[in-house]
Amino acid sequence: MAQMAPVLEERKETGKTALITGSEAIAVACKLADVDVITAYPIRPYDTVMQYISRLVSNGEMDCEYIVAEGEHSQFEIVKHASVVGARVFCGSSGVGWMYAMEALTVTPALRVPMVAMVGNRALDDPGAFGVEHNDALAVRDLGWLLVWVDSAQECLDTALIAYRVAEDPRILLPCAISCDGAFLTHSQALVKIPSQEQVTAFLPPYNRGKLLLHPDNPITVAPQGNEDWVMEIRRQNYAASERAAGVIREAYADLEKKLGRSYGNPFFEEYMTEDADVVLMGMGTLSTPVKVAIREMRKEGKKVGFVRLRWFRPFVAEEITKCLSRFKAVGVVDRDYSMGSPYMSGVVTTEVRSALYSANVKNKPPVLGFICRLGGREVTVHDVRRITESVYAAAEGKSQPLTQWIGLRE
Amino acid sequence: MGQLLAIEIVYRGIFQRKLAQNISRTIVLAAHKEGKPGISFGRYSDSPERNGIPAKNFAIVGSDDLTLEEGMAKYEPKEVDVTICVDDTLCKGVESWAWYGLQPINKLLKPNGTLIVTSHQSADHLIAMAHRKETPYNLCIVKGTPSFSGLWVFKDDHTDVRILGTIARVLPGLVSLKSVQQAIQDEWHDAVKAQSAAKAYERASSVTVKPNQGNPEVPYKFELPKWHEMGEGVAIPAIPQGHAMTDPATHKTGGLKPDRNPTFKKFSTRSYRPVVDFDTCIKCTLCWLQCPDTCFDVPPAGLYAANLEACCGCGVCEAVCPAPKCVTMVNEVEFKDNASQWEAWRKDKNGYKTWLKEKIATKPAERQHGFRYRGQYDKETPEMLAIAKEG
Repeated sequence: MAQMAPVLEERKETGKTALITGSEAIAVACKLADVDVITAYPIRPYDTVMQYISRLVSNGEMDCEYIVAEGEHSQFEIVKHASVVGARVFCGSSGVGWMYAMEALTVTPALRVPMVAMVGNRALDDPGAFGVEHNDALAVRDLGWLLVWVDSAQECLDTALIAYRVAEDPRILLPCAISCDGAFLTHSQALVKIPSQEQVTAFLPPYNRGKLLLHPDNPITVAPQGNEDWVMEIRRQNYAASERAAGVIREAYADLEKKLGRSYGNPFFEEYMTEDADVVLMGMGTLSTPVKVAIREMRKEGKKVGFVRLRWFRPFVAEEITKCLSRFKAVGVVDRDYSMGSPYMSGVVTTEVRSALYSANVKNKPPVLGFICRLGGREVTVHDVRRITESVYAAAEGKSQPLTQWIGLRE
Repeated sequence: MGQLLAIEIVYRGIFQRKLAQNISRTIVLAAHKEGKPGISFGRYSDSPERNGIPAKNFAIVGSDDLTLEEGMAKYEPKEVDVTICVDDTLCKGVESWAWYGLQPINKLLKPNGTLIVTSHQSADHLIAMAHRKETPYNLCIVKGTPSFSGLWVFKDDHTDVRILGTIARVLPGLVSLKSVQQAIQDEWHDAVKAQSAAKAYERASSVTVKPNQGNPEVPYKFELPKWHEMGEGVAIPAIPQGHAMTDPATHKTGGLKPDRNPTFKKFSTRSYRPVVDFDTCIKCTLCWLQCPDTCFDVPPAGLYAANLEACCGCGVCEAVCPAPKCVTMVNEVEFKDNASQWEAWRKDKNGYKTWLKEKIATKPAERQHGFRYRGQYDKETPEMLAIAKEG
């Protein structure tokens, strides 16, 4: 290992509260997880994480191979190979940068590479824009990636540790992408409690690929060509690993609570004021903030509204989600994404929720309205949430409502 | 509901980025010392920052977590308790990448909020530069040269901590001086910086700006089209080539005045402007060729006139001009409007000469922007540190 640079700044974060962005929180998690190989290629808003990591490395606070690739495709290829030879790896991207890496992203789950990536959610070009939309991360939803959305800088840090624990679990060995809404998480500094190194070491075992380690002492070939005699069985293995993910995620959150002292309740989705709710809204990421504020306002007016914030989109825990949603009279799913030509022209999350409910073994299947809301990083307002809730209430009362509505559009 | 306080820092992109971050971060860290949660963030749409283009940082502090969440539910605060303007030329208005049109510097201020400006100018001068506001507000000047650094360097001339001390004075409900000093000590381990904050706290004084005071102009605005009114395919009309100019003295037409974007004027990027001596111009074309913003109009007689609605004040024209004292960059605070210098010269050559002489007499020895050579900041900071100490 190369000699480390001298420490220029004293270690400020560990064991205390720091004022950092969500991206910086993920960088701190990488440091605490003692990641071995990190690749980077700049694109906003993901670049905030690479900047902070490079600072940690050059200050001598973090010891890792830090490689700036010549593009996102190489960026993801390099960590894929490093992971196969036993390195704990980190990388990430945003928007079209993530899409440029697509070929590398597709091969990663099949090779059972537990890379952890941060997706700074960003609208796909064109137009060249950089506000949040979720279509970038959602583009890999069918490939075997574990996909999680967070809504605070603290959750960024904790979820990055969870991601390593789950992805590297020998029962799983799948890549995991942590989605952070551009601007709201990547560029906003909040107070974050940093766990101690001892806590993290106790929570996160070393990465061990076992028989899948590419090493001269363990002669294997990874990714040989395969014809139709082989492909389907390989896909089925990935299905099995994806199926096991939910259980491993549950274990990881339980252990996080034990070792780090922070509880997230149900790992897969957060319920907010749902106990007595007539109707609920559902969505992913930082739109939770205006939604919660609006719900508190509407509750004062006697409207029993709740909110379900979906964290893990993959695995999509259909049984738990539908069991939860069956308690309500109507559901409004707020999508920060689009799905052109989809059933009823709804967003991705709406379509998944409807699909899950159709075959669910529940008595009450509430109507699901889809709202494509404030794309491209436009601010979701409290007023938007009120408007959405009105429509959901109308659906609950049996009044016909459009299945998909655009919210926050100039029309 | 508890109390929610919001501070905005209006700064010049790149040059003052670190300064603005220091201020907003330390506000939140100081409030944290008093048990109040807060967040600090830059206006995302202002980035990627460009040299001098106005940008914003915000600090939001709540009395408790739920109250803070109400502040966080908005992309950026719709109103603020204090606006900090770290370059006095921004008092003329702010046109950023983040919105369309010119925003008055005092636009987001709540009634009786405070505008803090770093400046050597008088209160009357700054009030005249800012647009009129319907409600009264306070103006508090932190005396000094606006602090400009570069992307990779920071000039530690205590502007940040002097502003922090001033905030503790004008908005005591946000943070106490003691908390500010503690946060400064934690961040920088520098007792002198904490002392500068205390000096600024002691010295801070405000004047009230009444609704009838200030620039009466209505800032230009732009209506965003509806989705079905827009052209498809992410294609937009380009700017037409332009048209000939008319000489106000001879009424002859000729030359070229390029058309420019009517909804993005760019001049609020400028903290210095070129003043052109048309009598010494040798018509070499270099300013016109090298201007990164194509801001030079070409009058009929083949001279080159910076169009001050389009000029960003980068100073390239001054740097490339081979004629002595032909193009001189002068601090933007010296000017009241964007009127054409060429037209003024054509109408009254002697009058223009007198005006020009007076304007370039105030040319600073060195422009503050960026970082040019080692030792530059060592030369510039002692003056500011002396002000921080002595007042």
